[in-house]
Amino acid sequence: MSGVTLLIATRKGAWFLHGDAARRRWQVDGPHFLGHVINHVMLDPRDGSTMIAAGKTGHLGPTMFRSSDRGKSWKEVAQPPAFPKAEKRSVDHTFWLTPGHASEGGVWYAGTSPQGLFRSEDGGDSWAPVSGFNDRPGARKASGGSQDGTPDGPKLHSIIVDPRDRRHLYLGMSGGGVHESIDEGATWRPLIEGLEVVGGFDPANVAFHDPHCIRLSPSNPDRLYQQNHCGIYRLDRPSEHWVRVGRAMPSEVGDIGFPMVVHPHDADRAWVFPMDGTDVWPRTCPGGMPAVYATRDGGGSWQRQSAGFPAEQVWWTVKRQAMTADRADKVGLYFGTTSGDVWASADEGESWSCIARHLPEIYAVEAATA
Amino acid sequence: MRVMIPSALRSYTGAGEVDAQGDTLAALLADLDRRYPGLRFRIVDEQDRIRRHIRFFVNGEQGFDLALRLGPDDEIYIVQALSGG
Repeated sequence: MSGVTLLIATRKGAWFLHGDAARRRWQVDGPHFLGHVINHVMLDPRDGSTMIAAGKTGHLGPTMFRSSDRGKSWKEVAQPPAFPKAEKRSVDHTFWLTPGHASEGGVWYAGTSPQGLFRSEDGGDSWAPVSGFNDRPGARKASGGSQDGTPDGPKLHSIIVDPRDRRHLYLGMSGGGVHESIDEGATWRPLIEGLEVVGGFDPANVAFHDPHCIRLSPSNPDRLYQQNHCGIYRLDRPSEHWVRVGRAMPSEVGDIGFPMVVHPHDADRAWVFPMDGTDVWPRTCPGGMPAVYATRDGGGSWQRQSAGFPAEQVWWTVKRQAMTADRADKVGLYFGTTSGDVWASADEGESWSCIARHLPEIYAVEAATA
Repeated sequence: MRVMIPSALRSYTGAGEVDAQGDTLAALLADLDRRYPGLRFRIVDEQDRIRRHIRFFVNGEQGFDLALRLGPDDEIYIVQALSGG
């Protein structure tokens, strides 16, 4: 592997961090789109050169920018995601971007707030609503109102395309549950069995479910992991029952958080970044002591990884798109914090170093291999 | 007619003041979008609602309705309003 570029999306723009082959030295490249709220920047792994950035500004409505030269130059897309007139809704921002199946160059999916699923067939230049999801029976009831989502609006996120089957899709809604399609988005059904909800509510009602981040294991596409508002889960298909593997986390830390990362070559290994989900939900490092937790046995046990982090008085957290892994044999891990720092580990989480400081609040981190 | 463009939209127009035409605010915005593709969607959403932090002033009076009639000598200000830190 010749080097990794981190694509950092923040509340005030985007930055790239270009790493050397050893992933020790990092060169800052940016800001790009200074002042834009950038929720996600994604490289198309199918061509290694197309990038899409989803943005808006404090005053202006949402749009997207597209690059065909790996972020050196950008052009606004012709038709960003927008709901049909009949929906009476308007897109506030695009939150999530997923390149389509390897066999379908040019296909992309986007998740928006308010919650909508959109698809592009021209490399992200124009987008159309996926009616099979947005207009499915009970869709609006399942999504709830504006109060049923995250503070800056309900999110459609974690759009996953099965690498073996372009028609097989998963997605998550905060709130609104996990959903699966086996016909390329024409029809959908909830996939929420085994997931817990806030006490007193009915877990059979998809509207009460709040998946924070769902990831499919690259080395075993039948295995999914999920960081949920109510715990960490694993699902081994064809089972439809999520198992709360977060029960094995230390009780003083708990199993609440936003991001979920799976080892690219070993489906038994995964990482989370817990946050404080007690009483008023501070959403900070538990006890002010930052730590990644890693499992090597599919969630049966978890090990604390905190070498290199400050030992105390740390109150940031890591959002759902802001933690990722590269695909090196010795996997590199990366995350960005709500206080604008980027941390990296070149040894699978055993030790960490801060590779960028003082950026704006970080919303997303993606690792692109050169 | 003269249209004053806020700084946030000058990446589209390249200027703080442009000429455009239309006998209503909606028609003016359609003309602006023809000249500067993509501009309209940043200030008016897909349901034809003026975005939350955008204001239109016609000869110094705020206009709230895209059906507002315009004359050829009117002066239009598009303004970016307070949106927080």
